[in-house]
Amino acid sequence: MLSSKKTLEKNALTIRYGIMKAISSNRGGHIGGSMDLADMLSVVYTDFIRVNPENPRDENRDFMIFSKGHAGPALYSALCFKGFFPPERLENLNKPNSLLPGHCDRNKVPGVDATTGSLGQGLSIACGAAHAAKIKGTDQRVYCVIGDGEAAEGQIWEAAQYAAHYELDNLIAFLDWNNKQIDGTVDEVMKLGDPVKKFEAFGWNAQLVTGTDVIGIQKAINSAVTCHSKKPVMIVLKTVKGQGAKCIMEMPNNHCIALTDELKEKVMSELDEQAEKLEMEVV
Amino acid sequence: MQLRYTGGKAEKEPLQVFNETMRELFEEDKRVVYLDADLMGSLKTAQLWKDYPKNVFNTGIQEANMIGVAAGMYLNGLKPYVHSFSPFASRRVFDQVFLSIGYAKKSIRIIGSDAGIMATNNGGTHMSFEDVAMMRTIPDACVIDASDPVMFGELLKLTKDRPGVTYIRTARRDLKDIYVPDEKFEIGKGKILREGSDVSLIASGIMVATCLEAAEKLAQIGINARVVDIITIKPIDKELVIDCAKTTNAIVVCENANVIGGLGSAVCDITAESCPVCVEKIGINDKYGCVGNEQFLREKYGLTVESIVEKAKKLIEKREAK
Ligand SMILES: Cc1ncc(C[n+]2csc(CCOP(=O)(O)OP(=O)(O)O)c2C)c(N)n1
Ligand SMILES: [Mg+2]
Repeated sequence: MLSSKKTLEKNALTIRYGIMKAISSNRGGHIGGSMDLADMLSVVYTDFIRVNPENPRDENRDFMIFSKGHAGPALYSALCFKGFFPPERLENLNKPNSLLPGHCDRNKVPGVDATTGSLGQGLSIACGAAHAAKIKGTDQRVYCVIGDGEAAEGQIWEAAQYAAHYELDNLIAFLDWNNKQIDGTVDEVMKLGDPVKKFEAFGWNAQLVTGTDVIGIQKAINSAVTCHSKKPVMIVLKTVKGQGAKCIMEMPNNHCIALTDELKEKVMSELDEQAEKLEMEVV
Repeated sequence: MQLRYTGGKAEKEPLQVFNETMRELFEEDKRVVYLDADLMGSLKTAQLWKDYPKNVFNTGIQEANMIGVAAGMYLNGLKPYVHSFSPFASRRVFDQVFLSIGYAKKSIRIIGSDAGIMATNNGGTHMSFEDVAMMRTIPDACVIDASDPVMFGELLKLTKDRPGVTYIRTARRDLKDIYVPDEKFEIGKGKILREGSDVSLIASGIMVATCLEAAEKLAQIGINARVVDIITIKPIDKELVIDCAKTTNAIVVCENANVIGGLGSAVCDITAESCPVCVEKIGINDKYGCVGNEQFLREKYGLTVESIVEKAKKLIEKREAK
């Protein structure tokens, strides 16, 4: 059974609290592109992905390939929410001898499937894992997250072609369309155009969903997992970098920032307000 | 020679020097262009982008394309400088650099920032220990690890018209001042920063300042160390390496890169062929990177004053025992 809007919103908020726990333990980090994925992660990790925290490398698991590896804190927080490790571990972001490096690391953090950080490589890995499921004849699904700045990398489009050619309809990718990268907006730095049309032209089933619309995201994934269209699925998330915390969203540069005590307090009080509205107990 | 090394923080960060030097170059030669792949933010070159719209271009996150574009710009008369973090400016684009630039006999200057452990909290995915070895294998390439901001700026200028592949790796911040502002440099010429007859410390990049500090410590225990900044790892100053071997009969090589194929290997190639002496290599011992601050990473990989002092002492003992 699929979850209610309220449940999904609560879980998204839990994931945002976790992101804050991780990033504030390091007094800064990639906050913008982490926060804006919380809603999607809530939906995937509450309703869809088949993983087992007791056995993170279960042979028959679904995969999550975080191609935009700098959003490690978002994935780690979702994994923590799912029970892969206790919340205290989130407080170790980038600490010396870290068991929680800022960029996604499959050998350090249970539940992480791909080591990423050099942008552009994850969609290919997702293709390989999805193709392997077809070859083995399993019903495993592969989820993948790429950035809109990252979509400038040629390898993304090599993978897009591959996925369509091999009819990898067990591949569900998300594009975080926040129109921001390091040096400015994506429009200023390297225009992406309309990613829905682009992926359609590459032979994918592509659709646009508002990045905070948990029910919209749920519907999109549900239709992807129920209809076997012989096409890979691209869900373009129209997001605002930093979404979930106004004070971060409004910063012109919110890619990788220092988190002062003052800023941390501001974000936390915004999250607390949302918790109150959702009648959620904050721990 | 005159140095201004005090062990303290540099007057200017390398990223500031980069900005000032590129500005000078654009003014002096309108054919100079600078391409970046969405990491202008890290070098603080956004203003440069605004001020020189005919010289500065952002390719977005497309390192391989950036090298190809630079190759085409050279073909049509321009003089490209390109920047990304060192792993993305080297291993990610190696074939494009090798073929579209090197083999095709074009000319480029590649700036790889956050070299080696200086990627600190970006961690293993962003930490290049292999770039020196890779770039050294390209015929006629020039490979530089900046040890000080003045050197970095001067070599940016000096290589403007140099044919072939020029690869300059550097820290963006936290280099120490070593050279006086009007110091002159030459490709293929190392510098003796301190004289000594007991052992030579030959270094590149951030390890040069560390060697100067180690030489002080060694002096306190009666060991006189010669300190050499190799300046260009390739072409290497063969004469100077042979002179070190002959004069001190023992060499410690120090670098912020994998010991396989780096400066240490280059020095050993020369001594083995021309003047066999005892050599110790300090560098990354064939390991991957990880997150941490500079101090933590120096200790983890042994890039410290203490490890230089230890290796130098051992080397001298070994030599005396012979
Ligand atoms: C190959 C590569 N080039 C450059 C970088 C440096 N870098 C890290 S994040 C980033 C911007 C990413 O923008 P985007 O994909 O839009 O991510 P988001 O906005 O979701 O954070 C860049 C250039 C990198 N990690 N990998
Ligand atoms: Mg973006």
